[in-house]
Amino acid sequence: MKGNLKTLGVMLGHDPEKPKTISPEAQTIYLAQQCQKKDVAVLKKELETLRKGHHPKKWRSRRWTVLILINLLFTLSFGLDIQLFEGSLIASRVLGFHMADLYSALQVVLAYREMSINLLIGTVTVLLMWALLGGRAFCSWVCPYHLLAEWAETLHVKLVEKKWVSDHPVHRGLRTVFFLVFALLAFLTGYSLFNSMNPVGIVSRALIYGPTLAMIGVVLILLFEIFYSRRAWCRYVCPMGLTYGLTGVVSPVQITYHLSECQHEGVCLTVCEVPHVLECVKKNRAEHPQMDIGVDCTLCGACVDVCPTHSLRFEVKGVMK
Amino acid sequence: MKLFPSPTTRRRFLRTLALFIGVMGTSLANLLPVLAKWTPSRLRPPGALEEEEFLASCIKCGQCVQVCPVQALRLADLTDAAGLGAPYLKARHQACDFSCDVLQCILACPTGSLSPHISKKEEVRMGLAKVVRPEACLASQGLGFKGFARGSQFPGMLRYTEIDRWNPLPVNTHPYDLDLCDLCVRQCPIEHAISLQTLDGKRKLPVIHEACVGCGTCEMICPVEPTVIVIAERKTWEKP
Repeated sequence: MKGNLKTLGVMLGHDPEKPKTISPEAQTIYLAQQCQKKDVAVLKKELETLRKGHHPKKWRSRRWTVLILINLLFTLSFGLDIQLFEGSLIASRVLGFHMADLYSALQVVLAYREMSINLLIGTVTVLLMWALLGGRAFCSWVCPYHLLAEWAETLHVKLVEKKWVSDHPVHRGLRTVFFLVFALLAFLTGYSLFNSMNPVGIVSRALIYGPTLAMIGVVLILLFEIFYSRRAWCRYVCPMGLTYGLTGVVSPVQITYHLSECQHEGVCLTVCEVPHVLECVKKNRAEHPQMDIGVDCTLCGACVDVCPTHSLRFEVKGVMK
Repeated sequence: MKLFPSPTTRRRFLRTLALFIGVMGTSLANLLPVLAKWTPSRLRPPGALEEEEFLASCIKCGQCVQVCPVQALRLADLTDAAGLGAPYLKARHQACDFSCDVLQCILACPTGSLSPHISKKEEVRMGLAKVVRPEACLASQGLGFKGFARGSQFPGMLRYTEIDRWNPLPVNTHPYDLDLCDLCVRQCPIEHAISLQTLDGKRKLPVIHEACVGCGTCEMICPVEPTVIVIAERKTWEKP
């Protein structure tokens, strides 16, 4: 199981809580760390040396390669008529297999109140696939809007550093509200409203079928993220991402945290799209010496890339340790 | 008891509310033009369900666009509000000439938005052709037609079965030389959908019959500018 069920509540909007009890093993490590307390300057120097000789963007390069390759295959399949990936990220046939995005399919089913067999096959395929590959891994490894939002985020962070803008966080529970309200609206109005305004669909279709005016809307969301609220769409709105998060509850693919090596300097928290999943890296917040981080994690690997002590690692449960 | 423990949480609540209203407002503002029928009336692909059901069930993936051999289908943009991403045709630019034979778009549709119950082109009902400018029709003036139906720059495609049974060809590679223009009847892919009715002497006028499926091939091929014959979207046959 990925994370545990407590982190499911955190994904839906709860603030992460301090653990009520800390296991004796973890307590021992915390105590040992307390005793060896180092001077900040010394620690900084140590971390600096640790960082040297390790590729700082390893996982990001891998992830961008995969993301661009998948989207490129969609584009080329139509553009060059090679027919490997027909359709778009919303629904497609990949090498002949039906696939359908889960929340888009839910919208259709609620609005139309019928489910064709092909849609059912596509939905189940995607459900199983991401339950295996790690839920929101879809977001950071496949979603083309995610890539645009990452670039916007880089810009936002630079502007924040220069103190030209500041981040305006919103309650994370809003995404859960959108998930429910859009589902309810589809059922009540008989129109799959979210599907027509979903930036993921707009970007994916624009990449495949050519630019559209609707991309203006996507640019507006990106501007909102750059100047006002960091990663707003992915963090507070996208019900699609939440749906993949729900499939990830049972996923064996995981980023795990290892307390013993951690220096708690917190760089991982600054690079994470969903920092609430990394609550356990804070001092006295890890219940056990080894923790799975929460289900809202997109498995982007930014924290793995940035961690100087190798305390955060990719892991596949039951396969590798 | 204070509603908010601190000004920070109060401001965050207000921002949350504002973002909620913003996103919901945008999506409802998208729905309004559709409900009020301000959005353009569209000629939908073969097999499309009734407009409301069609928009509800279409998942906006574009697989129909990909399989069409003449690339007749395009996806709606912002102009269609909540219909954004749903497929339609502009018959004058590129009609559905059924060169795929098996209704590929219907087969590709994952949601049944293009009804899988339709298996033959004769069963399709996209709309109905209508002669809107009979006075401009070449046949009604007793005139013939020579050259490319839509000029040499026209990018549209059509299957000329007598030349190539399997592949549609560009209309601008196929010149005509006709004593009396009968392009709409000649190129119609459906039997008994359209015929020429004699007015007097050499003068004739196209008449639409019940078999018409509204594919728009007549609208596309009509050499008169603007076209004499157009498709009325979703219109069904009524006894004259």
